[in-house]
Amino acid sequence: MAYKDEKLHEEKVFKDPVHRYVHVRDRVIWDLIGTKEFQRLRRIKQLGTSNLTFHGAEHSRFNHSLGVYEIVRRILVNFEDRPNWNKEERLLCLCAALLHDLGHGPFSHSFEKVFKLDHEEFTKQIILGETEVNVVLSKVANDFPQKVADVINKTYKDKLVVSLISSQIDADRMDYLQRDAYFTGVSYGHFDMERILRVMRPYEDQVVVKESGMHAVEDYIMSRYQMYWQVYFHPVTRSAEVILTKILHRVKQLYEQGYTFKMEPTHFVSFFEEKVSLEDYILLDEAVVYYYFQMWAQEDDAILRDLSYRFINRKLFKYVEFNPNLQMKEWMELYRLFNQIGLDPDYYLVVDSSSDLPYDFYRPGEEEERLPIHLLMPNRELKELSRQSEIVEAISGKKRTDHKLYYPRDAIIQLSDSQPEKKKIFELLYQTE
Amino acid sequence: MLDNHAKLVKVIASSDGIVGRKKLQKIIYILKKLGYPFEEKYTFHFYGPYSEELTLRMEELTNLGFVSEVHEQKSNYYQYRYEVTEQGEDFLTHSNASIPDVDMLVNDMTNQSSRFLELVATMLYFDDLSKEEVEQKVQEVKKKSNYTLEDLEAGWHYIQTLKNQ
Repeated sequence: MAYKDEKLHEEKVFKDPVHRYVHVRDRVIWDLIGTKEFQRLRRIKQLGTSNLTFHGAEHSRFNHSLGVYEIVRRILVNFEDRPNWNKEERLLCLCAALLHDLGHGPFSHSFEKVFKLDHEEFTKQIILGETEVNVVLSKVANDFPQKVADVINKTYKDKLVVSLISSQIDADRMDYLQRDAYFTGVSYGHFDMERILRVMRPYEDQVVVKESGMHAVEDYIMSRYQMYWQVYFHPVTRSAEVILTKILHRVKQLYEQGYTFKMEPTHFVSFFEEKVSLEDYILLDEAVVYYYFQMWAQEDDAILRDLSYRFINRKLFKYVEFNPNLQMKEWMELYRLFNQIGLDPDYYLVVDSSSDLPYDFYRPGEEEERLPIHLLMPNRELKELSRQSEIVEAISGKKRTDHKLYYPRDAIIQLSDSQPEKKKIFELLYQTE
Repeated sequence: MLDNHAKLVKVIASSDGIVGRKKLQKIIYILKKLGYPFEEKYTFHFYGPYSEELTLRMEELTNLGFVSEVHEQKSNYYQYRYEVTEQGEDFLTHSNASIPDVDMLVNDMTNQSSRFLELVATMLYFDDLSKEEVEQKVQEVKKKSNYTLEDLEAGWHYIQTLKNQ
């Protein structure tokens, strides 16, 4: 029997708190899960710094990847005998679902920003490079790794396959919303996935939803909306991310200035020099990052020491609402005052916008750039969701952005009351001590 | 403060306004591929490289009043015109963000059609492939756009022109 068709003697199952069980029968999937590159995902948290706000949010990208695989597996069981569906694409879909986050590193968002990396590029490299994952995929067919990479990269010729993994209602989002809700402990993020899976249909080059399932999809959209504002954009999580980003900026700057570290940051050198090889990238997981942060909390450089200490011990920056248009002058004055009191404003006075986060939320097709969710009407016509659902329309039209100014309130409070800057800073921040 | 926002305002300020969200998306992507320091993350969408971050950042800029977004009705479709406001110009005077002069490039690109910029952006997206592979890939992922061999040739020529500027 060809490797691609090989089945395990007995089905393997993983207990899962969200889907109850993740079922594996294909030899290829089982072998992929066992590769070191996939096992590495156990050491990368799904939600980065969110555990500093929601203490339960310790789940990993490994959990999520298995979840996405399981959802796609269930969708394909439903698609099996439907028109428009090419059964030959089954294994490709399952592999792409399982491996879609393979290139994520620790605290991806901050690392990508500071070191100009792209986790999608690393996903591609792991799939196509000299890795255990590539060995498994190549056993299916020589061109199979490239096909998997193309699906994940959204450049595969069959758009229907792509839309299962990546669209406005895809397996990725359906898993992370439920999983993140479960582990953060919030009551949002729940929706009737079983119902959605039952009403999904392959339709030409996209996945559509039968009109009778509209209310389940509305629930899913509402869950997304609430999760973004209640969990993903939580200001305390953002504060931790601001500090994390500043640590990385600082340590890079020190390296460029020839600073002598107490312990050579060996694992980071290629990141500082922006020449990260696949091998370097795979070696850096959260355990390594935390180890360095512990070391940096004892460095001579006061800024690096302080920021690292803050991150490890959750001494986060406080925040105030901030409007960069109306409060430009105040910001400039604060910048000057921070310099005066010896707090470098480039590290300690940070404006952060929620859209800096790598999440998107529902907005129906703008100039056809993104494919909206389509409902399949009884007459086989397609209707865009927000045109049928008043609830979704209400959310889609609502633009909401959020800017906050982060600063170390504890450091300001510690200033002597006789220092005039202290009062002035608090006045400008619209706060009283 | 808000350096990435300021860079976008500078690009819009360097022309008489940019018409069309798709055009703006592709212009920033092309500038990024030419080595200009834009940090918006792009992934491949159904119609070529697309940045959700850029979409959100533009929303923020319009909400802040730094950029105006005018909804223009055409005969059978609509589009958005982006222009820098007085407040946006004021914002730039306070910003430390700098990008090399892009006026000529941006003006040139604003005169191209969105469809053509979409092609050029897509070709640049696959720039790690050989010329033949790029052309094959473009035809594969943009089947519905029906780009001709002449279009592709014009795309290659335009990429070279941009690189020479």
